[in-house]
Amino acid sequence: MSEIAFLLNGTPVRVAGESPTRTLLDWLRDVRGLRGTKEGCNEGDCGACTVMVTDQDGSKALNACILFLPQLHGKAVRTVEGISGPDGALHPVQQAMIDHHGSQCGFCTPGFVVSMAVAHSDGRTDHDDVLAGNLCRCTGYAPIIRAAQAAEAAPVPRWMTTDAFSLAQISSAGSGGADAPTNAFRPRSADELAAWYVQNPNGTLIAGATDVGLWVTKQLRDLSPVAFLTGMRDLQQIDRQGDALRIGAGVTISALWHAMQPLHPSFAELLRRYASVQVRNAATIGGNIANGSPIGDGPPALIALGATLHLRRGDVRRDLALEDFFLDYRKQDRQPGEFVEAVTIPTDAPNLRCYKLSKRFDQDISAVCGCFNVTVANGVVTAARIAFGGMAGIPKRATAVEAALLGQPWTEDTIATATRAFAQDFTPMSDMRASAAYRLASAENLVTRYFHDLNGTPVSVLEVQA
Amino acid sequence: MTFGKPLPHDSGPLHVTGQARYVDDVPVPAGALHLAFGTSTIAHGDVLTMDLSAVRNAPGVVAVMSRDDLTDMPDCSPSAHDEPLLAVDRVYYIGMPLFVVIATSHLAARKAARLGKVTYRALPALLTVDAALAANSRFEAGPVIWAKGDAAAGIAGAPHSVEGSFEVGGQEHFYLEGQVAAALPQEGGDMVILSSTQHPTEIQHKVAHALHLPMNAVRVEVRRMGGGFGGKESQGNALAIACALAARMTGKPCKMRYDRDDDMMITGKRHDLRITYRAGFDDQGRLTGVEFTHLFRCGWAQDLSLPVADRAMLHADNCYHLPAIRIESHRLKTHTQSATAFRGFGGPQGMVGIERVMDHVAFALRADPLAVRRANFYRAMRDAPGVSPPDPQDASAKMKGRPETVDLTSRGAQGSTGSHQLPPDDAVQTTPYHMPVEDFIGHDLVAELVRTSDYTARRAAVADWNARNPILKRGLALTPVKFGISFTLTHLNQAGALVHVYQDGSIHLNHGGTEMGQGLFQKVAQVAAGVFGVDPAVVKITATDTGKVPNTSATAASSGSDLNGMAARAAAETIRDRMAAFLGERYQTDAASVVFADGRVKVGGESLPFETVVAMAYQARVSLSSTGFYATPKIVWDRVKGTGRPFFYFAYGAAVTEVVIDTLTGENRILRTDILHDTGTSLNAALDIGQIEGAYVQGAGWLTTEELVWTDKGHLATHAPSTYKIPACSDRPRVFNVALWGRGNREDTVGRSKAVGEPPFMLGISALYALSDAIAACGEGSVYPALDAPATAERVLMAVRRQRHV
Repeated sequence: MSEIAFLLNGTPVRVAGESPTRTLLDWLRDVRGLRGTKEGCNEGDCGACTVMVTDQDGSKALNACILFLPQLHGKAVRTVEGISGPDGALHPVQQAMIDHHGSQCGFCTPGFVVSMAVAHSDGRTDHDDVLAGNLCRCTGYAPIIRAAQAAEAAPVPRWMTTDAFSLAQISSAGSGGADAPTNAFRPRSADELAAWYVQNPNGTLIAGATDVGLWVTKQLRDLSPVAFLTGMRDLQQIDRQGDALRIGAGVTISALWHAMQPLHPSFAELLRRYASVQVRNAATIGGNIANGSPIGDGPPALIALGATLHLRRGDVRRDLALEDFFLDYRKQDRQPGEFVEAVTIPTDAPNLRCYKLSKRFDQDISAVCGCFNVTVANGVVTAARIAFGGMAGIPKRATAVEAALLGQPWTEDTIATATRAFAQDFTPMSDMRASAAYRLASAENLVTRYFHDLNGTPVSVLEVQA
Repeated sequence: MTFGKPLPHDSGPLHVTGQARYVDDVPVPAGALHLAFGTSTIAHGDVLTMDLSAVRNAPGVVAVMSRDDLTDMPDCSPSAHDEPLLAVDRVYYIGMPLFVVIATSHLAARKAARLGKVTYRALPALLTVDAALAANSRFEAGPVIWAKGDAAAGIAGAPHSVEGSFEVGGQEHFYLEGQVAAALPQEGGDMVILSSTQHPTEIQHKVAHALHLPMNAVRVEVRRMGGGFGGKESQGNALAIACALAARMTGKPCKMRYDRDDDMMITGKRHDLRITYRAGFDDQGRLTGVEFTHLFRCGWAQDLSLPVADRAMLHADNCYHLPAIRIESHRLKTHTQSATAFRGFGGPQGMVGIERVMDHVAFALRADPLAVRRANFYRAMRDAPGVSPPDPQDASAKMKGRPETVDLTSRGAQGSTGSHQLPPDDAVQTTPYHMPVEDFIGHDLVAELVRTSDYTARRAAVADWNARNPILKRGLALTPVKFGISFTLTHLNQAGALVHVYQDGSIHLNHGGTEMGQGLFQKVAQVAAGVFGVDPAVVKITATDTGKVPNTSATAASSGSDLNGMAARAAAETIRDRMAAFLGERYQTDAASVVFADGRVKVGGESLPFETVVAMAYQARVSLSSTGFYATPKIVWDRVKGTGRPFFYFAYGAAVTEVVIDTLTGENRILRTDILHDTGTSLNAALDIGQIEGAYVQGAGWLTTEELVWTDKGHLATHAPSTYKIPACSDRPRVFNVALWGRGNREDTVGRSKAVGEPPFMLGISALYALSDAIAACGEGSVYPALDAPATAERVLMAVRRQRHV
């Protein structure tokens, strides 16, 4: 494919002749000999390969193992080798990790150091969230957190601030849009993508690559042709339209998390537990929807909110209720060459609550994800939208449960009746995440939780302090 | 003195900058080849045909090896010679290697390995302990049974009794660095191996055997591992052997690393088991008799399962004096990955059983479980030494004449049987295997932890909180740990070291232990530096190398610093004493009066820089290099009878864990943990606390979120971090207080320290019984929570529902 240009630890590099699905991790280790970045899982779940990527939106931590080289075009990459100063001076988080015994075997350490350095630059002190995507098997994390806290007050080293200014050195001319070869297309707008996708309906669209990456690293598939969507600024916008919010398909989960905090705090809390920082920085809401996974965490919340999906094929656009997009397991109402352009949600849903059940709180896939949006007026249920992930082959509304609530008084008796309707809505399956019996029992209990939650009774173990 | 200084890990600056080299980071010569295994897709069956033409024709493939190419199939087993490198006639688990691809890149090898076309005749697969028991599929002829006193009579005559059965899950090691090895062919057919292994001598032995070379033709080097936890004691053999064979065949350097999914599918994990128990007790909860049955699911090959299951039996007492006990241990052979060593080596499995009994007894008596635990404690240590068995006979004499293929340095080897006399039980309380417990400090240690953790007030606060909260419930538990230190295969309790002092005063240290993150190298360097009275920075820590120190035992059984610290001390003292003797002669003074401290040497009223003395000694033709050797004293063990003193001493600890559960979903979380742990006089308190914090979280993970799930076909469904959940950052206790007991070891260990690697892992058991306590708070006291492990949200919810008779 054509040349890819980016900054690597402050130095411009140009890459040509690589497969478009060559991962940054393999290239760093095998071609550049930069072996500080480690492979722990090769699927974006352990964070040992974390690198810092800077673009016009700022710096973020990403997993290099599921990051393809074309995704870096026009950006700046900093590996653990570039977290130290050019003269070898240690970054404050590096010194703190030594002083506070934050490394034992050391294999996860470069990834931790990069995650910590990015957060340090941003002044973030929510260390548990920042580091949820970095697994350590030796330390039990306590000394790492002590190190992160110790480094908080230290100034950001000068060399950590140069990438944003140096981006101008990277020319993207001749490397994107219509100039790019069709086996690795890089559209700069939705219009360019629409035209290409009609011509290449069997192509693979790659936004964050947090799922497609695994098709390459685990399923060892050859993907061709591919289109890399990260250059489409027009799909990365969140627009307020009266009492609705139009969210572009290219909006990352991280950006959506920020946007949801003031509007829908419970949805934001669900997004906080959506994978890890590294994954949220790459993954997009459009990808989460189009992927059609029955256990994606975006759709149940969006369906409960009453989201409208905006699809586009060529110049033809159509809208549909999000729940109608999901037809059957891994089958969606999407035509060849048609793609998700945006999703629209209401800005007002004070009773929205999103509950995620998984074996581990952070960086885990839901066994059950239940989202409730019930309106009660004068003690009577006047509207109910309830959607679940993990309970069927698709993200699905609990229509029988909703019916059992509608028009009924908002009481424990009504909840008990509604609970019995779950078996009409769902016949969940057993897998490595949970048994069918647990899925059904816990889903039923989530209605009870919702009732108590709205009444102000403590229902979350995450909010209990020692 | 550098003993006890809380110095950072010696590799810290290299870790944080990405400069620390692991095997896959070492540059290999141009033209190096990469290997990957093609593996079985059924759990048990005859291999009928293997069509590997597509594999051979795949891009980048240089060669393929299968049973058809290897007439003499190498063995990878550390014990019973029952692990062919590649399946010969049959496959025994899903993930078993069938063929190995040798290609120009790691990715090319992985891609080609999926192209094999294999046909099988499927045979019935034994996947559970029930199926294996029914088929009498086991290692050894029958169960191993150890007994002391009359357990059945003790139970029959007791005023109360409980019985039950529960499942204890296995555990994936999830070392962050997967298995990896490289073979570099040398002149004359010799081979150099780089391996991520806890047991370089094992790798050396297995590679030499596979290549039909004497051990002196194979040299193994290990600078560091990216985590081991027992998973690199025997599980690296296959990669090293495959690389060595491929390197010999192609003449090129060969490297193999498992992709994470392959690693989890191919390699062994902690043994899961079912524990059945019956116990009789008095009104105070004192056990008058207890019976355990352990059903260990060992997997397809023997590996280290026998000593693992032994160690579970050896820890069935934990801190409790059990006057009448019977333990029946079944080591069952199933068509799953061959379960292997994992931190604690069976000890955690044995200990979780007796803690279950304590919890159940307390529930039956409606007593505080801590009171029941304390009522059963061993008597406290006395100042005078107890009765000890005589020192064992020299085991090495009995080993002469064994065929050379016997893997003497493996824990899977057959041990010698030392002769000993059983001590009289009235002199000092003894364990179920008749070892006197001379050093029990549990009473004082637990009393101190009760005080510092505010246990009593918090128990009342938890009950009060639970009364006010309908949906969320808290639980609190204190569990103690007593863990035996020594390899139970007695002859492994030896170590060697090699120390050089160069003419410029710098020191080169080497020993048989391997560094997997535990800080062993730093601790041993501190010991050596202490002998010379120099700063540890003067001591260069070097890669473990079978060419420098031979016949090493695995870095395992928590023994690393005990054994290698002593060996290094001996080597350093030899050189120091030579220097002192030389100075004594030159200054016409007593050599014993020469003092090495603070980087200087004081002799005859003069104070000289250390390096000056070294240069003088060199010019006086004094040897400045020495080996050192150590063999642990006092230990003797007859594993057949289950009697003796298998352990030099015990390490102790205790933890209080507080949890909260959600009764609607079973979600649960650790709120606070307080630990008081005994590492004797710590060699390095910072490293010890790091081991304790990490071990606790790993132990709690074993019993909570870490669930291994096999399908009914025997396929491991949790073979990646996306589905197998080790604790993440936010799973650690938010309030996490760890303190060291700080009293010296009564036995003569290096610096009077105690081993720390494994014992604190079992502090995690307190999390399981805190959850049990929270679940019990959901009922009226009639139904014991009977919580299986791991206590996932699902298991907690189902236990809550039993409390509520749902």
